[in-house]
Amino acid sequence: MTLTAERAPADPGLRHRLAERGVDRQLLLLLPAVLFVVLLFLYPFFYGLQLSFAPAQGGPFASYIAFFSDSYQSGTIWITLKLALPAALLNVLASVPIAYRMRGNFRGKRLLTILLVVPITLGTVLTAQGLRNFLGPNGWFDRLLGAIGIADMPQLVQNYWGVFFSLVITGFPFAFLLILSYLSGIDPTLERAAATLGADWKQRFLRITLPLLAPGLATTFCLTFVLAFSVFPSAVLVGDPAGSTRVLSLAAYQAAYEKFDYSLASAIAMIMGAVELIVIGVVLLARSQLYTGTTGGKG
Amino acid sequence: MSSFSELRLDGVGRRFAGKDALVDLDLTIRSGEFIALLGPSGCGKSTALNCLAGLLPLTAGSVWMDERRIDTLPPEKRGFGMVFQSYALFPHMSVRRNIAFGLQMQRLPRGEVKRRTDAGIKLVQLEDHAGKLPGQLSGGQQQRVAIARAVVLEPSLVLMDEPLSNLDAKLRLEMRTEIRRLHQSLGLTTVYVTHDQEEALSLADRLVVLREGRVQQIGTPEELHSRPVNWHVADFMGFRNIVDARVVGATGTEAEVEFDGTRLTGTVAGGSAGVTAGISTGATVKAAVRPDDLRVTTGAGLEAVVEVVEYQGREQAVEARTPGGRALHLRTQERLAPGDAVRLTVSPERLLLYPSDAGSAAQPLVEAGAGT
Amino acid sequence: MAATTSTNTTTRRRLVASPGAWLVWAAVAFFLLNLAGVVGSVLVSSFGTRWFDSWFPEGFTGEWYGAAWKEFGLLDVISVTLQISLLVVLISVLIGVPAAYVLARRTFPFKRLVMFAFLLPILMPPITYGIPLATVLYKFGLAPGIAGVVLSNLVPSVPFVILTMTPFIEQINPSIESAARMCGAGVRALFLRVLGPLLVPGILAAAILVLVRTVGMFELTFLTAGPDSQTLVVALYYSMSAAGIRAQQSIDAMAVIYTSTMLVLLVIALRFVNPTQLVARVKETPEP
Repeated sequence: MTLTAERAPADPGLRHRLAERGVDRQLLLLLPAVLFVVLLFLYPFFYGLQLSFAPAQGGPFASYIAFFSDSYQSGTIWITLKLALPAALLNVLASVPIAYRMRGNFRGKRLLTILLVVPITLGTVLTAQGLRNFLGPNGWFDRLLGAIGIADMPQLVQNYWGVFFSLVITGFPFAFLLILSYLSGIDPTLERAAATLGADWKQRFLRITLPLLAPGLATTFCLTFVLAFSVFPSAVLVGDPAGSTRVLSLAAYQAAYEKFDYSLASAIAMIMGAVELIVIGVVLLARSQLYTGTTGGKG
Repeated sequence: MSSFSELRLDGVGRRFAGKDALVDLDLTIRSGEFIALLGPSGCGKSTALNCLAGLLPLTAGSVWMDERRIDTLPPEKRGFGMVFQSYALFPHMSVRRNIAFGLQMQRLPRGEVKRRTDAGIKLVQLEDHAGKLPGQLSGGQQQRVAIARAVVLEPSLVLMDEPLSNLDAKLRLEMRTEIRRLHQSLGLTTVYVTHDQEEALSLADRLVVLREGRVQQIGTPEELHSRPVNWHVADFMGFRNIVDARVVGATGTEAEVEFDGTRLTGTVAGGSAGVTAGISTGATVKAAVRPDDLRVTTGAGLEAVVEVVEYQGREQAVEARTPGGRALHLRTQERLAPGDAVRLTVSPERLLLYPSDAGSAAQPLVEAGAGT
Repeated sequence: MAATTSTNTTTRRRLVASPGAWLVWAAVAFFLLNLAGVVGSVLVSSFGTRWFDSWFPEGFTGEWYGAAWKEFGLLDVISVTLQISLLVVLISVLIGVPAAYVLARRTFPFKRLVMFAFLLPILMPPITYGIPLATVLYKFGLAPGIAGVVLSNLVPSVPFVILTMTPFIEQINPSIESAARMCGAGVRALFLRVLGPLLVPGILAAAILVLVRTVGMFELTFLTAGPDSQTLVVALYYSMSAAGIRAQQSIDAMAVIYTSTMLVLLVIALRFVNPTQLVARVKETPEP
């Protein structure tokens, strides 16, 4: 690379040109991280991409054709989106009013925040176990409903709803904390200024805070969506892994570790990445239409 | 580090991704001199200072300390001291450790470090605060620590980057005196960057005025104050009234111009040769005059109506508008009120006439009349 | 007009006043109640004897913990988990911090491309890159095994350290570094005496966050772990998906052990970092 040329101060012209572009030996500090990304992320990624076009039998597109022609496989895209999109949306939308209430300081705020953080550390596996116990037949929730007279409780785990709940439990705190930090980044004097100009509570929120928060909401939605989209253990543990919650991750895993068809597995992984990037791309495109400058807050 | 008799910047330039921040700076700094780099924000003065410090690699030219080329040296090998606008004190070290840091970097014996640190603390009168962290000090105190940290190394050159601009007005005046006093007592060669012309005029032996990365004028405070070399420099040196006027007659170094129907006589400036490149009859020129030099007269003069009056102690700052709609600023001891009609005049040697083409910025002027 | 209040001081008053607020707090309470139910049912079950058709088990006992400890070989699992997590933390800090420094301080050709490459592993679902990565690691004989688990866990961790540390380094005034160099400090002294001490809080925060994420990371570990390189969360998954073979309560006991490990980490983390940093990059300026 051009970096080594820097050691030859004999050519002042070259040194001056490199200085103008900001190239010098300090950039070598970046080298381990770049190597790392290339070796452990880009190389496997392209290896997988190549693998997906090199199936054991058939033409280069055989794996993709196999995926899309089999509705049991291709249906996983829709199943995954049907889980991830509503869950991410609910997590973001529910967080906004709660975070809005919790701006500023009040007694017990830190405790409440910590309580809301706990589920992040539970992880999907414990959440699944808890949901099984809590929402399952004869669990506390069932008994509670029975006690207030609702005997005929619908099944809440080992189906779509079990996975959905686990996505809300792990995803909501995540979305909430992000939005809380975005909200605290908005200078509160902006709302006070709007108040002095005659805006009432609703107008202040809709015309000042929300537009400033919107880019943050888009980012939060993306990150929450990524989390929900890659759902895997809970789809098995509290879902219906053979049917209504057979998500993309599961299909990819089964192709690789149960059928040992690495080409199909890679193809599914690539499709999964593509679908996710499309959703994120659409959201980020919409976000780029918004005002994304300073929000007047500190930091 | 050893001292020098002459530090020479030779065609120094800096580009950022195709954009010039500093072009072709030639400057010779003599030992013991106090040089101010002056200009509006974005004029390249801080770039020049950082290039000199070695914090920013050059993209053109070279820097020479006597016969030694130093622009290839890293900043820590140049033996300069620097005071930053934001103070840049190490937040995790006490005042004492901040000041001692540079001495420790030179691996001086412990006793000497202590002696010189003590001297540095005493120099800036911070004996009572030596154990405190920077966060516990006021802005003025922090700046004194920063100065002590730079001068305690007895550097061959001290670089100051707008050191006073974060202080309030009163403290700024005090610190200005203190910096001047330090310079006089220690005799340190200093390059001082500021956008405040008053600060530069009061501190420096010589000023370098920059605009858009190019040197406009180099000279003594006296020269810059009375004879700015073009109307941009005039604008920056406090000529608040700069108007377009039409030349109706030129005679040698003087010319008669017409402005808003009134004729005024001014001095042709711009180029010490006195030759009047853009100043011929019929040409449009820039006429520049300071608010202090515009006088209210009872005789003939420029008619104007007073619009805004600011009380400023003994004097009033007045904004008046000519019939042509042009606002003029003046300072006067007469008590005027908004709505008053006045007539204004200026003596010919205080009305400077410049060619109005902006191209003058493109040609850096040679170091003319640089003697101190 | 009297209701127009400034937001800071009157939150508590509004709690009493507005029905909208009640709705919000009720939603929070409902969420927390269910959360308590989820966690509590596991906790109670892990200490219970027989628990079928009743609110609480017939009796309480601690023997499931002993059973789980022996049955699942938890000592090994925990020590493997710790080894893997600490290795991941150490390596990702060593690789990530210098890179974050360059990204925070410098502009250079293709910087946006480099940033994007660092962002991708965080944006992609772990399975998407995990399966090709696991295939490659198997091909080179690095998986299954601890090496493979560590390498695959580094993929999201290094970018995470970079993204956490970059804004942290950005908020350290660069003229402090310039000042150190003008005082004669070389690169080594600069990092050891000036930058190092200033970066410690940020590195600590990033390290703890990576630790929490690695202990909780299921997918990547699952794909690359062999029988002797399972972390706690993967072992838990296996025992759960093989439910029926083992007593439900001993799985619950194991889940509680896992959660308490995470909670201990969480409590430590919260001493150093703001809760919002657990999910986002460092946004707020740390106190000096």
